[in-house]
Amino acid sequence: MVRDIAEQLKVRFSEMGLEVPLEEIEKKLDELINGFRVPVEEAKRSVLSQYAKERKSADLVKVKDIQSEGRWISLKTKVVQLWPSESKLIAQSGLIGDDTGIIRFVSWIKSDLPPVEEDKCYMLKNVVTDEWQGRYSVKLTRSTEIVPLEEDIEVSSLVEEFVGAIVDIQSGSGLIKRCEFCNRALLKGSCGEHGKVDGSYDLRIKGVIDDGKIVQEILLNREIVENLIGITLDEAKKMAVEALDQSLVLDAFQERLIGRYFSIKGPRVGRYILVEHITSAPKISDKEVTELIKESEALGC
Amino acid sequence: MLSREVAKRVFAREFGEANMAFKEQDDQYAPQYLLTPTGAKCNRILFVGTLIEKEDIGNDVEYWRARVADPTGSFLIYAGQYQPEAAQALSSIDPPQFVAVVGKPNTYEMGGGEIVTSVRPERIHIVDADTYDLWILETARQTLQRLKQLNEGGEDATKAKEHYSPDIGHYKQMVLEALKTISKCGEKVSFIDLSDI
Repeated sequence: MVRDIAEQLKVRFSEMGLEVPLEEIEKKLDELINGFRVPVEEAKRSVLSQYAKERKSADLVKVKDIQSEGRWISLKTKVVQLWPSESKLIAQSGLIGDDTGIIRFVSWIKSDLPPVEEDKCYMLKNVVTDEWQGRYSVKLTRSTEIVPLEEDIEVSSLVEEFVGAIVDIQSGSGLIKRCEFCNRALLKGSCGEHGKVDGSYDLRIKGVIDDGKIVQEILLNREIVENLIGITLDEAKKMAVEALDQSLVLDAFQERLIGRYFSIKGPRVGRYILVEHITSAPKISDKEVTELIKESEALGC
Repeated sequence: MLSREVAKRVFAREFGEANMAFKEQDDQYAPQYLLTPTGAKCNRILFVGTLIEKEDIGNDVEYWRARVADPTGSFLIYAGQYQPEAAQALSSIDPPQFVAVVGKPNTYEMGGGEIVTSVRPERIHIVDADTYDLWILETARQTLQRLKQLNEGGEDATKAKEHYSPDIGHYKQMVLEALKTISKCGEKVSFIDLSDI
Protein backbone atom coordinates (compact mmCIF):
# COMPACT_ATOMS: atom_id res chain seq x y z
CA MET A 1 0.00 0.00 0.00
CA VAL A 2 2.81 2.37 0.89
CA ARG A 3 4.35 1.62 -2.49
CA ASP A 4 1.15 2.67 -4.30
CA ILE A 5 1.02 5.96 -2.47
CA ALA A 6 4.70 6.51 -3.09
CA GLU A 7 4.14 5.99 -6.79
CA GLN A 8 1.27 8.50 -6.78
CA LEU A 9 3.46 11.01 -5.06
CA LYS A 10 6.31 10.43 -7.45
CA VAL A 11 3.98 11.28 -10.35
CA ARG A 12 2.82 14.37 -8.49
CA PHE A 13 6.42 15.45 -7.93
CA SER A 14 7.42 14.94 -11.52
CA GLU A 15 4.46 17.10 -12.56
CA MET A 16 5.97 19.75 -10.34
CA GLY A 17 9.26 19.30 -12.14
CA LEU A 18 10.86 17.44 -9.28
CA GLU A 19 12.54 14.05 -9.60
CA VAL A 20 12.61 12.16 -6.30
CA PRO A 21 13.70 8.50 -6.02
CA LEU A 22 10.75 6.19 -5.30
CA GLU A 23 12.63 4.43 -2.46
CA GLU A 24 13.19 7.71 -0.70
CA ILE A 25 9.48 8.59 -0.79
CA GLU A 26 8.54 5.08 0.27
CA LYS A 27 10.91 5.16 3.22
CA LYS A 28 9.51 8.42 4.50
CA LEU A 29 5.93 7.24 4.10
CA ASP A 30 6.65 3.92 5.76
CA GLU A 31 8.23 5.62 8.73
CA LEU A 32 5.20 7.91 9.17
CA ILE A 33 2.45 5.39 8.47
CA ASN A 34 3.83 2.21 9.98
CA GLY A 35 6.30 3.61 12.47
CA PHE A 36 4.39 6.57 13.85
CA ARG A 37 0.85 5.48 12.94
CA VAL A 38 0.11 8.72 11.10
CA PRO A 39 -3.10 8.53 9.03
CA VAL A 40 -2.40 7.96 5.32
CA GLU A 41 -3.70 11.34 4.14
CA GLU A 42 -1.66 13.21 6.74
CA ALA A 43 1.46 11.25 5.84
CA LYS A 44 0.97 12.14 2.16
CA ARG A 45 0.54 15.79 3.02
CA SER A 46 3.64 15.78 5.15
CA VAL A 47 5.87 14.23 2.50
CA LEU A 48 4.45 16.50 -0.19
CA SER A 49 5.10 19.66 1.74
CA GLN A 50 8.62 18.55 2.74
CA TYR A 51 9.67 18.30 -0.89
CA ALA A 52 7.71 21.29 -2.04
CA LYS A 53 9.72 23.41 0.37
CA GLU A 54 13.06 21.84 -0.49
CA ARG A 55 12.84 22.12 -4.23
CA LYS A 56 14.38 25.02 -5.99
CA SER A 57 11.98 27.39 -7.66
CA ALA A 58 10.90 26.99 -11.26
CA ASP A 59 12.34 29.06 -14.12
CA LEU A 60 11.54 32.74 -14.13
CA VAL A 61 9.68 33.56 -17.35
CA LYS A 62 7.80 36.45 -18.93
CA VAL A 63 4.03 36.43 -19.42
CA LYS A 64 4.29 36.33 -23.22
CA ASP A 65 6.33 33.11 -23.00
CA ILE A 66 3.44 31.21 -21.46
CA GLN A 67 2.47 29.09 -24.46
CA SER A 68 1.84 25.64 -22.99
CA GLU A 69 -0.14 24.17 -20.14
CA GLY A 70 1.07 22.21 -17.12
CA ARG A 71 4.40 24.03 -16.98
CA TRP A 72 5.84 25.11 -13.62
CA ILE A 73 7.22 28.60 -13.75
CA SER A 74 7.95 31.70 -11.68
CA LEU A 75 6.72 35.18 -12.60
CA LYS A 76 7.60 38.70 -11.54
CA THR A 77 4.32 40.52 -11.95
CA LYS A 78 2.01 43.27 -10.88
CA VAL A 79 -1.58 42.54 -9.89
CA VAL A 80 -3.59 44.51 -12.45
CA GLN A 81 -7.09 43.62 -11.36
CA LEU A 82 -8.82 41.39 -8.81
CA TRP A 83 -12.20 39.90 -9.67
CA PRO A 84 -15.04 39.07 -7.35
CA SER A 85 -14.90 35.40 -6.45
CA GLU A 86 -16.81 33.20 -8.89
CA SER A 87 -16.68 30.10 -6.79
CA LYS A 88 -16.37 28.90 -3.21
CA LEU A 89 -13.23 27.02 -4.22
CA ILE A 90 -11.45 30.13 -5.44
CA ALA A 91 -9.72 32.43 -2.95
CA GLN A 92 -8.69 35.05 -5.50
CA SER A 93 -8.70 35.48 -9.24
CA GLY A 94 -7.91 38.33 -11.57
CA LEU A 95 -5.22 39.61 -13.87
CA ILE A 96 -1.48 39.89 -13.41
CA GLY A 97 0.96 41.33 -15.87
CA ASP A 98 4.52 42.28 -16.70
CA ASP A 99 6.14 44.27 -19.49
CA THR A 100 5.22 41.59 -22.05
CA GLY A 101 1.53 41.01 -21.39
CA ILE A 102 -1.34 40.32 -19.06
CA ILE A 103 -2.63 36.93 -17.92
CA ARG A 104 -5.40 35.59 -15.72
CA PHE A 105 -4.51 33.96 -12.42
CA VAL A 106 -6.40 31.83 -9.93
CA SER A 107 -5.55 31.12 -6.31
CA TRP A 108 -7.48 28.23 -4.76
CA ILE A 109 -8.85 28.22 -1.23
CA LYS A 110 -7.21 24.86 -0.58
CA SER A 111 -3.80 26.28 -1.52
CA ASP A 112 -4.07 28.43 1.60
CA LEU A 113 -1.92 31.29 0.33
CA PRO A 114 -1.71 34.85 1.63
CA PRO A 115 -3.87 37.22 -0.48
CA VAL A 116 -2.34 39.55 -3.05
CA GLU A 117 -3.37 43.18 -3.45
CA GLU A 118 -4.27 45.17 -6.54
CA ASP A 119 -1.46 47.37 -7.95
CA LYS A 120 1.18 45.61 -5.83
CA CYS A 121 4.08 43.69 -7.32
CA TYR A 122 5.07 40.14 -6.41
CA MET A 123 7.50 37.42 -7.25
CA LEU A 124 5.31 34.34 -7.70
CA LYS A 125 7.52 31.28 -7.34
CA ASN A 126 6.25 27.94 -8.63
CA VAL A 127 2.97 28.60 -10.32
CA VAL A 128 1.58 26.22 -12.91
CA THR A 129 0.21 27.21 -16.31
CA ASP A 130 -3.24 26.17 -17.46
CA GLU A 131 -5.22 26.50 -20.66
CA TRP A 132 -8.91 27.00 -21.35
CA GLN A 133 -10.14 27.39 -24.91
CA GLY A 134 -6.85 28.62 -26.23
CA ARG A 135 -6.31 31.16 -23.49
CA TYR A 136 -3.63 30.60 -20.90
CA SER A 137 -3.80 31.29 -17.20
CA VAL A 138 -1.66 30.49 -14.17
CA LYS A 139 -2.70 28.66 -11.03
CA LEU A 140 -1.24 29.45 -7.65
CA THR A 141 -0.95 26.19 -5.71
CA ARG A 142 0.06 24.96 -2.29
CA SER A 143 3.68 24.89 -3.38
CA THR A 144 3.59 28.48 -4.64
CA GLU A 145 5.55 31.09 -2.75
CA ILE A 146 4.44 34.74 -2.92
CA VAL A 147 7.20 37.28 -2.30
CA PRO A 148 6.14 40.96 -2.24
CA LEU A 149 8.46 43.19 -4.27
CA GLU A 150 9.43 46.78 -3.55
CA GLU A 151 10.09 47.68 -7.19
CA ASP A 152 7.29 48.69 -9.53
CA ILE A 153 6.66 46.63 -12.63
CA GLU A 154 5.52 48.36 -15.81
CA VAL A 155 2.61 46.44 -17.26
CA SER A 156 2.33 46.49 -21.02
CA SER A 157 -0.98 47.00 -22.63
CA LEU A 158 -0.69 45.63 -26.12
CA VAL A 159 -3.14 47.49 -28.28
CA GLU A 160 -5.22 45.36 -30.60
CA GLU A 161 -7.40 46.30 -33.53
CA PHE A 162 -10.49 44.56 -34.80
CA VAL A 163 -12.94 45.26 -37.61
CA GLY A 164 -16.27 43.48 -37.67
CA ALA A 165 -19.99 43.66 -37.06
CA ILE A 166 -21.42 44.02 -33.56
CA VAL A 167 -23.61 40.94 -33.19
CA ASP A 168 -24.68 41.21 -29.55
CA ILE A 169 -24.91 43.62 -26.64
CA GLN A 170 -25.01 41.72 -23.39
CA SER A 171 -27.10 42.24 -20.29
CA GLY A 172 -25.35 44.46 -17.80
CA SER A 173 -24.97 47.08 -20.56
CA GLY A 174 -26.68 50.45 -20.89
CA LEU A 175 -27.54 52.53 -17.86
CA ILE A 176 -26.19 50.62 -14.86
CA LYS A 177 -25.55 51.32 -11.19
CA ARG A 178 -22.24 50.79 -9.46
CA CYS A 179 -21.46 50.24 -5.79
CA GLU A 180 -20.21 53.48 -4.19
CA PHE A 181 -17.68 51.54 -2.13
CA CYS A 182 -16.06 49.18 -4.60
CA ASN A 183 -17.29 50.39 -8.01
CA ARG A 184 -18.65 46.98 -8.95
CA ALA A 185 -21.76 46.87 -11.13
CA LEU A 186 -24.85 46.20 -9.03
CA LEU A 187 -27.14 43.29 -9.78
CA LYS A 188 -30.76 44.10 -8.91
CA GLY A 189 -29.58 46.93 -6.66
CA SER A 190 -27.17 44.70 -4.74
CA CYS A 191 -23.39 44.61 -4.66
CA GLY A 192 -21.73 41.19 -4.45
CA GLU A 193 -19.50 42.48 -1.65
CA HIS A 194 -21.49 45.20 0.14
CA GLY A 195 -25.11 44.02 -0.25
CA LYS A 196 -27.91 46.53 -0.73
CA VAL A 197 -26.42 49.94 -1.55
CA ASP A 198 -27.69 53.13 -3.20
CA GLY A 199 -25.11 53.04 -5.94
CA SER A 200 -24.30 55.63 -8.57
CA TYR A 201 -25.27 55.63 -12.24
CA ASP A 202 -22.86 54.82 -15.05
CA LEU A 203 -23.01 53.95 -18.74
CA ARG A 204 -21.22 50.99 -20.24
CA ILE A 205 -21.49 48.46 -23.03
CA LYS A 206 -20.42 44.83 -22.93
CA GLY A 207 -20.66 43.69 -26.51
CA VAL A 208 -19.60 41.09 -29.02
CA ILE A 209 -17.94 41.96 -32.32
CA ASP A 210 -17.54 39.31 -35.00
CA ASP A 211 -15.78 39.28 -38.40
CA GLY A 212 -17.13 35.92 -39.57
CA LYS A 213 -13.98 34.15 -38.35
CA ILE A 214 -13.33 35.33 -34.80
CA VAL A 215 -15.63 36.43 -31.99
CA GLN A 216 -14.28 39.19 -29.76
CA GLU A 217 -15.84 40.52 -26.58
CA ILE A 218 -15.52 44.26 -26.06
CA LEU A 219 -16.04 46.68 -23.18
CA LEU A 220 -16.92 50.33 -23.72
CA ASN A 221 -16.75 52.74 -20.79
CA ARG A 222 -18.92 55.80 -20.22
CA GLU A 223 -16.76 58.27 -22.12
CA ILE A 224 -16.60 56.06 -25.21
CA VAL A 225 -20.33 55.28 -25.05
CA GLU A 226 -21.27 58.95 -24.70
CA ASN A 227 -19.20 59.90 -27.75
CA LEU A 228 -20.32 56.96 -29.84
CA ILE A 229 -24.05 57.14 -29.21
CA GLY A 230 -24.29 60.87 -28.54
CA ILE A 231 -26.24 60.40 -25.33
CA THR A 232 -24.69 61.68 -22.11
CA LEU A 233 -25.11 59.99 -18.74
CA ASP A 234 -27.48 62.78 -17.65
CA GLU A 235 -29.59 62.39 -20.78
CA ALA A 236 -29.69 58.63 -20.31
CA LYS A 237 -30.88 59.08 -16.71
CA LYS A 238 -33.56 61.47 -17.94
CA MET A 239 -34.69 58.98 -20.60
CA ALA A 240 -34.97 56.25 -17.99
CA VAL A 241 -36.85 58.43 -15.53
CA GLU A 242 -39.34 59.66 -18.13
CA ALA A 243 -40.06 56.14 -19.35
CA LEU A 244 -39.89 54.69 -15.82
CA ASP A 245 -37.70 52.05 -17.41
CA GLN A 246 -33.94 51.70 -17.23
CA SER A 247 -33.86 49.18 -20.10
CA LEU A 248 -34.91 51.87 -22.58
CA VAL A 249 -31.31 53.06 -22.70
CA LEU A 250 -30.06 49.56 -23.49
CA ASP A 251 -32.67 49.28 -26.27
CA ALA A 252 -31.44 52.53 -27.77
CA PHE A 253 -27.83 51.29 -27.73
CA GLN A 254 -28.77 47.99 -29.37
CA GLU A 255 -30.77 49.81 -32.04
CA ARG A 256 -27.74 51.90 -32.90
CA LEU A 257 -25.05 49.22 -32.81
CA ILE A 258 -26.21 45.68 -33.56
CA GLY A 259 -25.70 44.53 -37.13
CA ARG A 260 -23.39 47.44 -37.96
CA TYR A 261 -19.70 47.37 -38.80
CA PHE A 262 -17.13 49.07 -36.59
CA SER A 263 -13.41 49.37 -36.31
CA ILE A 264 -12.15 49.25 -32.72
CA LYS A 265 -8.82 49.65 -30.98
CA GLY A 266 -7.70 49.11 -27.40
CA PRO A 267 -5.69 46.97 -24.98
CA ARG A 268 -6.66 43.35 -24.45
CA VAL A 269 -7.51 42.46 -20.87
CA GLY A 270 -8.46 38.85 -20.34
CA ARG A 271 -11.20 37.96 -22.78
CA TYR A 272 -12.10 41.57 -23.48
CA ILE A 273 -10.69 44.37 -25.53
CA LEU A 274 -11.11 47.60 -23.56
CA VAL A 275 -12.18 49.88 -26.38
CA GLU A 276 -10.33 53.21 -26.51
CA HIS A 277 -11.23 54.12 -30.10
CA ILE A 278 -14.29 53.10 -32.05
CA THR A 279 -15.42 54.34 -35.46
CA SER A 280 -17.87 53.14 -38.08
CA ALA A 281 -16.05 50.88 -40.52
CA PRO A 282 -15.15 52.78 -43.72
CA LYS A 283 -17.61 52.42 -46.61
CA ILE A 284 -16.70 49.95 -49.32
CA SER A 285 -14.40 51.31 -52.00
CA ASP A 286 -14.84 50.60 -55.67
CA LYS A 287 -11.23 49.44 -55.79
CA GLU A 288 -11.96 46.64 -53.31
CA VAL A 289 -15.02 45.56 -55.29
CA THR A 290 -13.19 45.60 -58.62
CA GLU A 291 -10.30 43.60 -57.20
CA LEU A 292 -12.61 41.01 -55.72
CA ILE A 293 -14.50 40.70 -59.02
CA LYS A 294 -11.19 40.06 -60.80
CA GLU A 295 -10.20 37.53 -58.18
CA SER A 296 -13.54 35.73 -58.54
CA GLU A 297 -13.36 35.68 -62.32
CA ALA A 298 -9.90 34.15 -62.10
CA LEU A 299 -11.21 31.22 -60.08
CA GLY A 300 -11.03 28.04 -62.15
CA CYS A 301 -14.08 25.82 -62.15
CA MET B 1 -18.57 27.96 -20.13
CA LEU B 2 -18.96 27.32 -23.84
CA SER B 3 -17.41 29.98 -25.99
CA ARG B 4 -19.72 31.86 -28.31
CA GLU B 5 -19.96 30.58 -31.87
CA VAL B 6 -18.85 32.82 -34.73
CA ALA B 7 -21.55 34.23 -37.01
CA LYS B 8 -20.69 32.93 -40.49
CA ARG B 9 -21.32 34.94 -43.65
CA VAL B 10 -23.19 33.12 -46.40
CA PHE B 11 -25.40 34.32 -49.25
CA ALA B 12 -29.08 33.38 -49.32
CA ARG B 13 -28.74 31.15 -52.39
CA GLU B 14 -26.02 29.03 -50.83
CA PHE B 15 -27.86 28.90 -47.51
CA GLY B 16 -31.02 27.72 -49.27
CA GLU B 17 -29.09 24.97 -51.03
CA ALA B 18 -27.61 23.62 -47.79
CA ASN B 19 -29.14 20.49 -46.28
CA MET B 20 -26.49 18.92 -44.08
CA ALA B 21 -27.37 19.51 -40.43
CA PHE B 22 -25.41 17.74 -37.73
CA LYS B 23 -24.08 17.76 -34.18
CA GLU B 24 -20.55 16.93 -33.16
CA GLN B 25 -21.56 15.31 -29.87
CA ASP B 26 -24.54 13.22 -28.88
CA ASP B 27 -25.45 15.47 -25.97
CA GLN B 28 -28.85 17.15 -26.30
CA TYR B 29 -27.26 20.53 -25.58
CA ALA B 30 -24.43 20.08 -28.07
CA PRO B 31 -24.34 22.84 -30.69
CA GLN B 32 -26.15 22.18 -33.95
CA TYR B 33 -24.43 23.00 -37.23
CA LEU B 34 -25.44 23.42 -40.83
CA LEU B 35 -22.68 22.76 -43.34
CA THR B 36 -23.18 24.72 -46.57
CA PRO B 37 -22.07 23.60 -50.06
CA THR B 38 -18.88 25.74 -49.96
CA GLY B 39 -17.99 24.38 -46.51
CA ALA B 40 -19.19 27.07 -44.09
CA LYS B 41 -19.94 25.30 -40.82
CA CYS B 42 -22.69 27.46 -39.39
CA ASN B 43 -24.05 27.45 -35.87
CA ARG B 44 -24.87 31.10 -36.23
CA ILE B 45 -25.04 33.45 -39.21
CA LEU B 46 -25.13 37.21 -39.76
CA PHE B 47 -26.78 38.58 -42.85
CA VAL B 48 -27.93 41.95 -44.09
CA GLY B 49 -30.63 42.41 -46.67
CA THR B 50 -34.03 43.86 -47.43
CA LEU B 51 -36.98 42.75 -45.37
CA ILE B 52 -39.45 42.16 -48.20
CA GLU B 53 -42.37 40.45 -46.50
CA LYS B 54 -43.61 39.56 -43.06
CA GLU B 55 -46.68 37.79 -41.80
CA ASP B 56 -47.95 36.80 -38.37
CA ILE B 57 -48.88 33.15 -38.83
CA GLY B 58 -49.46 32.43 -35.12
CA ASN B 59 -52.85 31.58 -33.69
CA ASP B 60 -52.96 32.71 -30.07
CA VAL B 61 -49.45 34.09 -29.79
CA GLU B 62 -47.50 36.02 -32.39
CA TYR B 63 -45.41 33.85 -34.68
CA TRP B 64 -43.69 35.76 -37.45
CA ARG B 65 -42.60 34.45 -40.80
CA ALA B 66 -40.54 36.88 -42.83
CA ARG B 67 -38.30 37.04 -45.85
CA VAL B 68 -35.06 38.98 -46.21
CA ALA B 69 -33.61 39.32 -49.70
CA ASP B 70 -29.93 39.63 -50.59
CA PRO B 71 -28.49 39.90 -54.13
CA THR B 72 -28.67 36.12 -54.61
CA GLY B 73 -32.05 35.11 -53.17
CA SER B 74 -33.85 35.31 -49.85
CA PHE B 75 -33.63 34.01 -46.30
CA LEU B 76 -36.74 32.67 -44.61
CA ILE B 77 -36.98 33.58 -40.92
CA TYR B 78 -39.32 32.43 -38.20
CA ALA B 79 -39.60 34.17 -34.82
CA GLY B 80 -42.00 33.39 -32.02
CA GLN B 81 -42.22 33.61 -28.26
CA TYR B 82 -38.79 32.03 -27.79
CA GLN B 83 -37.16 34.79 -29.86
CA PRO B 84 -38.84 37.70 -28.05
CA GLU B 85 -36.45 40.43 -29.21
CA ALA B 86 -36.56 39.38 -32.85
CA ALA B 87 -40.34 38.85 -32.78
CA GLN B 88 -40.84 42.30 -31.32
CA ALA B 89 -38.56 43.81 -33.95
CA LEU B 90 -40.50 42.08 -36.74
CA SER B 91 -43.80 43.31 -35.41
CA SER B 92 -42.56 46.90 -35.54
CA ILE B 93 -40.51 47.00 -38.76
CA ASP B 94 -42.50 47.49 -41.98
CA PRO B 95 -41.08 46.17 -45.25
CA PRO B 96 -39.25 47.16 -47.33
CA GLN B 97 -36.38 48.02 -45.01
CA PHE B 98 -32.68 47.17 -44.77
CA VAL B 99 -32.15 44.89 -41.78
CA ALA B 100 -29.29 42.98 -40.18
CA VAL B 101 -30.18 39.57 -38.77
CA VAL B 102 -28.13 37.46 -36.34
CA GLY B 103 -29.58 33.99 -35.97
CA LYS B 104 -29.32 30.24 -35.92
CA PRO B 105 -29.81 28.05 -38.97
CA ASN B 106 -32.73 25.66 -38.86
CA THR B 107 -33.67 22.82 -41.18
CA TYR B 108 -37.05 21.27 -41.83
CA GLU B 109 -37.78 18.15 -43.82
CA MET B 110 -40.70 18.37 -46.20
CA GLY B 111 -42.92 15.40 -47.06
CA GLY B 112 -40.89 14.48 -50.13
CA GLY B 113 -37.61 14.43 -48.19
CA GLU B 114 -36.64 17.87 -49.41
CA ILE B 115 -34.82 19.92 -46.75
CA VAL B 116 -35.88 23.53 -46.28
CA THR B 117 -33.54 25.89 -44.45
CA SER B 118 -34.68 28.81 -42.37
CA VAL B 119 -33.27 31.07 -39.67
CA ARG B 120 -34.30 31.42 -36.04
CA PRO B 121 -33.29 35.03 -35.41
CA GLU B 122 -31.68 36.22 -32.18
CA ARG B 123 -31.48 39.83 -33.31
CA ILE B 124 -33.06 41.91 -36.06
CA HIS B 125 -32.20 45.58 -36.40
CA ILE B 126 -32.71 48.24 -39.04
CA VAL B 127 -29.45 49.23 -40.75
CA ASP B 128 -28.43 51.51 -43.62
CA ALA B 129 -27.42 50.85 -47.23
CA ASP B 130 -23.70 51.24 -46.38
CA THR B 131 -23.97 48.33 -43.97
CA TYR B 132 -25.63 46.26 -46.71
CA ASP B 133 -22.73 47.04 -49.06
CA LEU B 134 -20.17 46.09 -46.40
CA TRP B 135 -21.93 42.79 -45.77
CA ILE B 136 -22.10 41.92 -49.48
CA LEU B 137 -18.39 42.63 -49.92
CA GLU B 138 -17.44 40.68 -46.81
CA THR B 139 -19.67 37.72 -47.68
CA ALA B 140 -18.35 37.64 -51.25
CA ARG B 141 -14.79 37.64 -49.92
CA GLN B 142 -15.41 34.87 -47.41
CA THR B 143 -17.37 32.75 -49.91
CA LEU B 144 -14.58 33.10 -52.45
CA GLN B 145 -12.08 32.07 -49.80
CA ARG B 146 -14.14 28.94 -49.02
CA LEU B 147 -14.39 28.11 -52.74
CA LYS B 148 -10.60 28.23 -52.96
CA GLN B 149 -10.27 26.08 -49.87
CA LEU B 150 -12.55 23.38 -51.33
CA ASN B 151 -9.58 22.16 -53.32
CA GLU B 152 -7.15 22.48 -50.44
CA GLY B 153 -9.06 19.99 -48.32
CA GLY B 154 -9.63 21.20 -44.77
CA GLU B 155 -12.04 19.23 -42.58
CA ASP B 156 -15.16 21.23 -43.47
CA ALA B 157 -14.14 21.53 -47.13
CA THR B 158 -13.67 17.77 -47.43
CA LYS B 159 -17.04 17.08 -45.80
CA ALA B 160 -18.76 19.61 -48.05
CA LYS B 161 -17.17 18.11 -51.17
CA GLU B 162 -18.21 14.60 -50.22
CA HIS B 163 -21.76 15.55 -49.39
CA TYR B 164 -22.60 18.12 -52.07
CA SER B 165 -20.05 17.69 -54.87
CA PRO B 166 -20.51 21.45 -55.28
CA ASP B 167 -20.47 23.05 -58.72
CA ILE B 168 -17.79 25.69 -58.23
CA GLY B 169 -18.94 27.59 -61.33
CA HIS B 170 -22.44 27.97 -59.86
CA TYR B 171 -21.12 29.58 -56.64
CA LYS B 172 -18.54 31.66 -58.51
CA GLN B 173 -21.45 33.03 -60.57
CA MET B 174 -23.35 33.77 -57.34
CA VAL B 175 -20.40 35.73 -55.90
CA LEU B 176 -20.04 37.70 -59.13
CA GLU B 177 -23.76 38.55 -59.25
CA ALA B 178 -23.55 39.84 -55.68
CA LEU B 179 -20.41 41.89 -56.35
CA LYS B 180 -21.89 43.46 -59.46
CA THR B 181 -24.70 44.97 -57.39
CA ILE B 182 -22.14 47.00 -55.43
CA SER B 183 -19.82 47.76 -58.33
CA LYS B 184 -19.94 51.31 -59.66
CA CYS B 185 -18.05 50.67 -62.86
CA GLY B 186 -18.78 48.07 -65.50
CA GLU B 187 -22.27 46.64 -65.64
CA LYS B 188 -25.00 48.66 -64.03
CA VAL B 189 -27.62 46.88 -62.03
CA SER B 190 -29.86 45.29 -64.62
CA PHE B 191 -32.16 43.08 -62.62
CA ILE B 192 -35.31 45.15 -63.01
CA ASP B 193 -38.10 42.88 -64.09
CA LEU B 194 -40.28 44.68 -66.63
CA SER B 195 -42.74 41.86 -67.16
CA ASP B 196 -45.18 43.13 -64.53
CA ILE B 197 -45.50 46.60 -65.98
